Amino acid sequence: MLENYLPVLIFMAVGLIVGFVLLTMGGFMLAPHKPDEAKNSPFECGFEAFEDSRMKFDVRYYLVAILFIIFDLEIAFLVPWAIVLEDIGLFGVLSMGIFLGVLVIGFIYEWKKGALEWE
Amino acid sequence: MIEYTPDFLINFWNWFPVDAQTVAIILGKIVLILLPLILSVAYVTYAERKVIGAMQVRIGPNRVGFFGFRLWGLGQPIADTVKLMFKEVIIPTQANKYLFLIAPILSIGPALAAWAVIPFDRGMALANVDAGLLYVLALTSIAVYGVIIAGWASNSKYAILSALRSGAQIVAYEIAMGFALVGVLMASGSLNLSAIVEGQAGGMSSWYFIPLFPLFLVYFISGVAETNRAPFDVAEGESEIVAGFHVEYSGMAFALFFLAEYANIILISALTALMFLGGWLSPFEGFTFLEGTMFEFLRETSLIWFLGKTSFFIFCFLWFRATFPRYRYDQIMRLGWKVFIPITIIWIFVEAVMMLAKVGPWAV
Repeated sequence: MLENYLPVLIFMAVGLIVGFVLLTMGGFMLAPHKPDEAKNSPFECGFEAFEDSRMKFDVRYYLVAILFIIFDLEIAFLVPWAIVLEDIGLFGVLSMGIFLGVLVIGFIYEWKKGALEWE
Repeated sequence: MIEYTPDFLINFWNWFPVDAQTVAIILGKIVLILLPLILSVAYVTYAERKVIGAMQVRIGPNRVGFFGFRLWGLGQPIADTVKLMFKEVIIPTQANKYLFLIAPILSIGPALAAWAVIPFDRGMALANVDAGLLYVLALTSIAVYGVIIAGWASNSKYAILSALRSGAQIVAYEIAMGFALVGVLMASGSLNLSAIVEGQAGGMSSWYFIPLFPLFLVYFISGVAETNRAPFDVAEGESEIVAGFHVEYSGMAFALFFLAEYANIILISALTALMFLGGWLSPFEGFTFLEGTMFEFLRETSLIWFLGKTSFFIFCFLWFRATFPRYRYDQIMRLGWKVFIPITIIWIFVEAVMMLAKVGPWAV
């Protein structure tokens, strides 16, 4: 059972190694390396960079991240439910209906509050 | 085959411990998956330029060939790769050096590793694991780290703007994508990708794209948004933020992002083919009148069907890019949150009711 996952583990390692090898080989062994001040400055349409680029950003990005956690968690609950749905039948559908119903009410609330508006 | 192998090779092979043999076989299979994949990635970039060229009544790349023959420019992707390998990787002075270099690796690693569980034909998967779909979902989610870390580590204004936009967009569409996958799971009752395909056996009419049509559309469009492709490419938005999160990357570091993007395109196309279009199953499977005629072979399952369906979806990616203008950011978020998520939730309810009433693919 668990040994089925060995190829997966090895593949993940190979994927990372491929990335690492391509980067070190292509980037640092074959390629030239001649840094200068202008070349190494951040790109800004020809201007000198004049302030830190890690600036304040819109709170809505943060809001999206919070909403994402709620909904992603919901999906995590739905996945095992979907697998065994044929065995649990009406009881399963009703209990998930209540759970999803509560979340849908929350979703409607945040919609009406304008948390999903971007203008 | 074994009897033709010289003895010393067999002895040499047997000299290794069994564990090492297992690992060596797995590594061999991984190479068999990765080499065609990387080659496909290279030629999808070529196909993209050719297809968009044709759609805009241009010729596209047609100069670089092999050994003095032009061959419709087939040498172009190889020349591009070689060029990128010999270009300097610039690390900006203000960047966080290590994060800056980790980001492309974090992009490419999962994009390749997700292929571990993809079945190419009946019984032809590297790892036929039961949690296959969950694994793919998990690995495609990691892609967002590559983008965010790249944007943050670059310490450039365009890069960080793009990383924020792209991060919010990817997580928004991931929810719609996850819900669409739940619909597929309800239909198939399994997370195993091979089992999902086998659940669609019985000809074109039993493929999941018919009972799950809204989810099929939502999944594919979310896939386009997840890979940051046009018309959802605000993360790159050449006309607004230059190149987005990889504006500071050059040479091979940039090539890795590029490689990851195209590997993800092929992955999304392959997954759509597997989950909604019956993977390696033949569209003519239910045509009993073909029996005994010379076209009977058309009914058989084959790797060719899978590759054909995947290629069709890859073509759709290129077609979208040539056809649609870029969405505005608020339109993207509206589509993701206010259209796709309600549609998928409703369809999951519809599916549950269909299941209780025993209609559709669940009528056993």
